Amino acid sequence: MSQHRIQEIWDFRSPYDIAVVGAGPAGLAAATLAAEAGARVVLFDENAAPGGQIYRGVTRNSRQTAGFLGTDYWAGQALAESFSRSSSDYAAKCTVWSIEAPGRLDEAELGVSQNGVARLVRARSVLIASGAMERPMPVTGWTLPGVMTAGAAQIALKSGGLVPSGRVILAGCGPLLYLLASQLLAAKADVVAVLDTAEPRRSVKALTKLPSFLFSPYIWKGLSLLAKVRRNAQVVSGVTSLSIAGDSRAEGVRYLARGRQVEIRADCVLLHQGVIPSINLANASGCSIGWNERRRAFEAKVDGLGRSSLQGVYIAGDGAFIGGARHAAISGRIAALSVLGDLGMMAGDAVARQHAPLLREAHYHLRGRDFLDILYEPSKQFRAPVDASVIVCRCEEVSARTVRETTALGVPGPNQLKTFVRCGMGPCQGRMCAQTVSEIMADERGTTPGAIGTYRLRSPVKPLTLGELASLPSTPEALLFVTGESKETT
Amino acid sequence: MFARLHEIADPVIFTFDGVSIRAERGQTLATALLAGGVDVFRWSVVGGVPRAPYCLMGVCFDCLVTVDGVQNRQSCLIEVRQGMDVRSQAGGRQVNTAGVR
Amino acid sequence: MSTALTRDFAVVGGGLVGAAIAVGLARVGLKPLVLDGEDLDMRASRANFALVWVQGKGVGAPHYALWSKASAELWPSFAGDLFENTGIDVRLRQTGGFSFALSRDELDHLREDLETIESETKRASPPYEVLSHNETKERLPELGREVVGSIYSPADGDVNSLRLLRALHIAMQRAGIDYRSRHLIDKIEPVNGAFRLTGRWGSVTVQRVVLAAGIDNQRLSPMVGLSTPLRSSKGQILVTEKCAPFLPFASGTIRQADEGGVMIGDSEETNATTVAEHTDVATVLARRAIKTFPLLADVNVIRTWAGFRVDTVDGLPIYEQSAQFPGAYVVTSHSAVTLAAGHALSLAPQIARGSLSGDFDPFRSGRFHVRQAA
Repeated sequence: MSQHRIQEIWDFRSPYDIAVVGAGPAGLAAATLAAEAGARVVLFDENAAPGGQIYRGVTRNSRQTAGFLGTDYWAGQALAESFSRSSSDYAAKCTVWSIEAPGRLDEAELGVSQNGVARLVRARSVLIASGAMERPMPVTGWTLPGVMTAGAAQIALKSGGLVPSGRVILAGCGPLLYLLASQLLAAKADVVAVLDTAEPRRSVKALTKLPSFLFSPYIWKGLSLLAKVRRNAQVVSGVTSLSIAGDSRAEGVRYLARGRQVEIRADCVLLHQGVIPSINLANASGCSIGWNERRRAFEAKVDGLGRSSLQGVYIAGDGAFIGGARHAAISGRIAALSVLGDLGMMAGDAVARQHAPLLREAHYHLRGRDFLDILYEPSKQFRAPVDASVIVCRCEEVSARTVRETTALGVPGPNQLKTFVRCGMGPCQGRMCAQTVSEIMADERGTTPGAIGTYRLRSPVKPLTLGELASLPSTPEALLFVTGESKETT
Repeated sequence: MFARLHEIADPVIFTFDGVSIRAERGQTLATALLAGGVDVFRWSVVGGVPRAPYCLMGVCFDCLVTVDGVQNRQSCLIEVRQGMDVRSQAGGRQVNTAGVR
Repeated sequence: MSTALTRDFAVVGGGLVGAAIAVGLARVGLKPLVLDGEDLDMRASRANFALVWVQGKGVGAPHYALWSKASAELWPSFAGDLFENTGIDVRLRQTGGFSFALSRDELDHLREDLETIESETKRASPPYEVLSHNETKERLPELGREVVGSIYSPADGDVNSLRLLRALHIAMQRAGIDYRSRHLIDKIEPVNGAFRLTGRWGSVTVQRVVLAAGIDNQRLSPMVGLSTPLRSSKGQILVTEKCAPFLPFASGTIRQADEGGVMIGDSEETNATTVAEHTDVATVLARRAIKTFPLLADVNVIRTWAGFRVDTVDGLPIYEQSAQFPGAYVVTSHSAVTLAAGHALSLAPQIARGSLSGDFDPFRSGRFHVRQAA
């Protein structure tokens, strides 16, 4: 068996048993397992090579030249290699812009585009492994060139061997901030400061979850990272306010820590305050979305075995809930087994037998997550910005003031707010503002984002041209709906 | 903006607003631009203010540029190629008016 | 809300119809309580095509043709009022509108409808022109070859309908109107000449009530002795990214919003069970849009939208005061943008006075029962 690489859009061998979206750890593991079990599998991914964000470039980098990425990173190699040996079809540089769950049609239908050509692909089930994105960190000046997410800097490091030049400041909270700081230091970047915005008192709260954390795989990793960064860069904790100065690009950072206002010059500012699931595709497909208070994030609702609220649609990895790369791969396998069982391609007892050890392993990797979630919960002022001029929606350039004033009109929720002020109506489809809008509305109304809700999204979740859309096959029924005639008149 | 850790091993040459830039084959256009010293990719649609990549992973849509005449392409999701004609953008899409088609 | 609450006036529904009536009531000194539903209710006010449109409306119903025309004529002063009260320019553009025909048949149908309306209204309907392909292309140079012709009427136009809804809500706030969202009404009980409205939030007793709840009017009107027979009608539209201006006129199928995005409509499904968007419908819409304006082929679609129309069985609005329970009114209209000016400036003052003029008689729901009997 060998992999069939989809180079052109007509190479698809539709219909498939399983369409997997995303070539990160969850998608790679799921596609590999399903293909090895004899299913007809296709894996779609937007990027040129497998790995997702966490293992980005893992098939292209070498340990000799990119050793600074750390041993965890290289775990991705085995996943990518197993996948490349599998019989799964692989559509790289291919965007999935819609999923219609089975229902109206017998099979699921995915709208996909590759090289500017669109096509509809059928599959009996869909497994969304869309991964995570960084929680937006809206501060004054965050739209300036020279300001990026920490994850973006890590991507540049992994995919191009690029390090930010000039004076670099990292700001925010969470383990990734320190991981990136240590990677950048190892790559000889000029990291002048790490500004930690976590609330100092959170560590006391988190201690209640310490016993489980002590047995978690994260503890030694975390402590050694912290020590390493502290040795080599200035770490400022207790940062309660942050803004980025500059006219046409970032020139410096102004922050308040323990009552002291400080300004530092900077050429590159990297922001990070944790990661949240990428839910756009699941949301637009119609999967139920819920709020997770502990993680302060909206998540697609899944049962313990990867099933979403829609029959035939499964979600695995960080796209379902944040558990990290190792956990994502395991959850991908768990979901793939569920698909095989539900499709009748594997006997129920065989599925259960294989699920059991994977569930134990998944549980092990989630140990200590509670501690991290509490310890690194972003402070309120960085989730729901108080400075009225902060841009919340980067596409439509809607300010926190506008969001707060519109909330005060009594709007029933974020969807009404969205139409009133266009917040979330730009090309990013609310990815960069959804979380913040719900946080601000919750702040204004003294409730939780869960009670506020979030955007209901529509396909296409990624833009495609009208020409691409027009090239797709249609139905007499659709023609009737538009023209009142079931045949094209000329 | 960004410095390379290694010399370019397999170079391609492309242009940004007419200026030639060398890049490593296979890297994304967005990182090629950043490494090539480009700090402003476009001017925003609503406010006309400068923007550059924020997420580099296909989420933020701030890295949009015009590639070989095709507007609003996410430069973080496409690979740089030899001879690519890349241009910055100001504002929203310019439509091909005056009956060219 | 406490159960002992009493108010003079309530409007049920905070969409374009309810909000326009509430603002109209405020203009004549009333401060209705406005009760609105949930964020994800079927809200046609967030899924409309934003036209201020007269052309082709009211075949077989001259009263509707003339009411639409009257409202379009009230629009400039309504938009001016809104701007004065809220600082929001709803971008009213009454520069005329086109209906494009992609076949001879389509053009013939369009023309026949306008001729019928013209004779039924005794030539009181707005003027129009039937244009050939070349005549249309002279006015719209980007027109595609496959457009065989068009109808143009100078009376038509559009607004920014999302900004309109927002402006109405700001106007309500400035007028001191008590607006409460997430106040779904489970039942309305006529009690001693008044009405008790009850929901999970509590209840309120009001002297007069206007039902402007869109699709939900179907459920609510029988509670006050009225009826709102609706038919299921789902529409889907496409929205593009922002483009430089190229289309300075409104049209029934393609319009460019003032912000630059192009809206492409629309479809009608009468047997839909879900509000989900369908790719095959989007494909047909895209094809027709490109035939009409080929330059659109390169433009990115960033959203599709489907919604259920508030469409009565005969497609015409219902305006009626309950004969059984005076003080209760129903207002049901598919064309809430076009008619917003009429609702605020003409209908609302009559509701405030306590009776609707004879002009509204043909819009009573009795017409459906007559038809059923015949």
